[in-house]
Amino acid sequence: MSEGLKKRGYISDEELKSGPGVPSEERRRNGPVAVIECIQCIACNPCEASCKMNAITVGDDITNLPHLDEDKCVGCASCIPICPGQAIFVVDDGFEEKRSRVMIPYEFLPLPQKGDVVTALDRSGKEVGDAEVLNVRKKEDMDKTAVVTLAVSKQLSMSVRFFKQK
Amino acid sequence: MQRHEMVSIGAGPAGLSAAIEAAKNGVQVAVYDENDRPGGQLFKQIHKFFGSREHRAMERGFDIGKSLLEEAQSLGVEVILDSVVMGIYENGTMNVMVKDHVEEVKAEKVVVATGASENMIPFPGWTLPGVIGAGAAQTMANIHGVRPGKKLLMVGSGNVGLVVSYQMLQAGCEVVAIIDAAPEVGGYGVHASKVARTGVPFYMSHTVKNARGETFVEGATIAQVDKSWKTVAGTEKSFDVDTVCIAVGLNPMSQVLRMANCKMAYVPALGGNLPAHDLNQETSVPGIFVAGDVSGIEEASSAMIGGKIAGLAIAYYMGYMEDDLFHEQRDKLLGSMRGLRAGPFGEKRAEGKRMLLEAMKG
Repeated sequence: MSEGLKKRGYISDEELKSGPGVPSEERRRNGPVAVIECIQCIACNPCEASCKMNAITVGDDITNLPHLDEDKCVGCASCIPICPGQAIFVVDDGFEEKRSRVMIPYEFLPLPQKGDVVTALDRSGKEVGDAEVLNVRKKEDMDKTAVVTLAVSKQLSMSVRFFKQK
Repeated sequence: MQRHEMVSIGAGPAGLSAAIEAAKNGVQVAVYDENDRPGGQLFKQIHKFFGSREHRAMERGFDIGKSLLEEAQSLGVEVILDSVVMGIYENGTMNVMVKDHVEEVKAEKVVVATGASENMIPFPGWTLPGVIGAGAAQTMANIHGVRPGKKLLMVGSGNVGLVVSYQMLQAGCEVVAIIDAAPEVGGYGVHASKVARTGVPFYMSHTVKNARGETFVEGATIAQVDKSWKTVAGTEKSFDVDTVCIAVGLNPMSQVLRMANCKMAYVPALGGNLPAHDLNQETSVPGIFVAGDVSGIEEASSAMIGGKIAGLAIAYYMGYMEDDLFHEQRDKLLGSMRGLRAGPFGEKRAEGKRMLLEAMKG
């Protein structure tokens, strides 16, 4: 079981790599794709049915970890607000030459506005730089979990997982 | 004397689910609850639930509470509030304190779904205003819209401590740290992660040494503990906080079961002294069933399934259900329950439940 997660409350890079829900670097460069940061076997499966592309598999034993088929995933972000653990993000390293997009579930008010510059935080809550809010998605069937898309510098796309409004 | 075919004690997820399932099959049901509003803990649960999508995963607790109440109402289940069941006597006779007077109530079948109370830990300053249970913090913020404090220290890293920390952040509190005497985070990693990424530090192997203040909490000190749980000198850290929130486990409220002479067994993995019960949730006293936290501390999803099983069994035993239909529906629920108790977080609970089943036979 995961040392980093169990000691510090967030997953280490090694733990992340061990999960079956993380797409390859190459896939991330080819456009938006889900990053499923779910590495503990807990009984949960809503993500599986949320995916219209059948890119997420949990299986009959709902304790299995969700497995991502990176070739089927189109990065639509439908799975983000569905995950009760807020453990799914979408990363797009093909966005711009120097910036990537990161989509993050967000349940705090007030919501940020498109165009806002916010402080990007990594998994430990450490400030890692500024990010631009590209858009904020919110609709009825997302049940009060908004999805915020940030533009972050390319090397931070697999680190930034939250933000602080200025 | 009031007579009912079935009475649920407790209008939380377990008691309401039992009532709904029984009423669906034709049983006449009344539900008593000591609180002034029904739903148990569900209306404090503003987060989305885990589990299987067939069993309402990804719905928020308060929405589940609303729909359970609506369903119970549409089935003619009577929910009687401000009513404390003071004791269960022979043959399903109960004394119920309804508002300011005592009524005698008799039921052919009783489902005890009284839930649990929070554990507390004593430390210097623990009686100061500002030291509160995690349940109180949730009630204040999520029911009454009152922020419990500005700066808060969370003691306990189980799912309750983690979920309530997140909810306190949503309510606008600063959470200075989550501490736990255990060496590892007790709750789900994903719950921990969504708090950690906001910048809340975790101190494992730490306990609260004291809370200080004249008339209310003005600060708290934590210290590291060694392998024998003793504090290590020189490791103290102080925080300026106005709230210390305690989330160190729950204790089943089994008083009426013990009074009714239900056989009890000690199962630490499920919260302590618990009623032995069979696969239909029936205790050693025929006619008395249990569901939810009082039958073993778990979460709302398994409480609802346990309640449904009890409700079905009661309908079956009373002759409202055909043999085949009952077994088909019950076995499906037992399968879902096995699913919820699988994996590293569920195994100990599954083992605890086997011990309670064994205790029925022994």
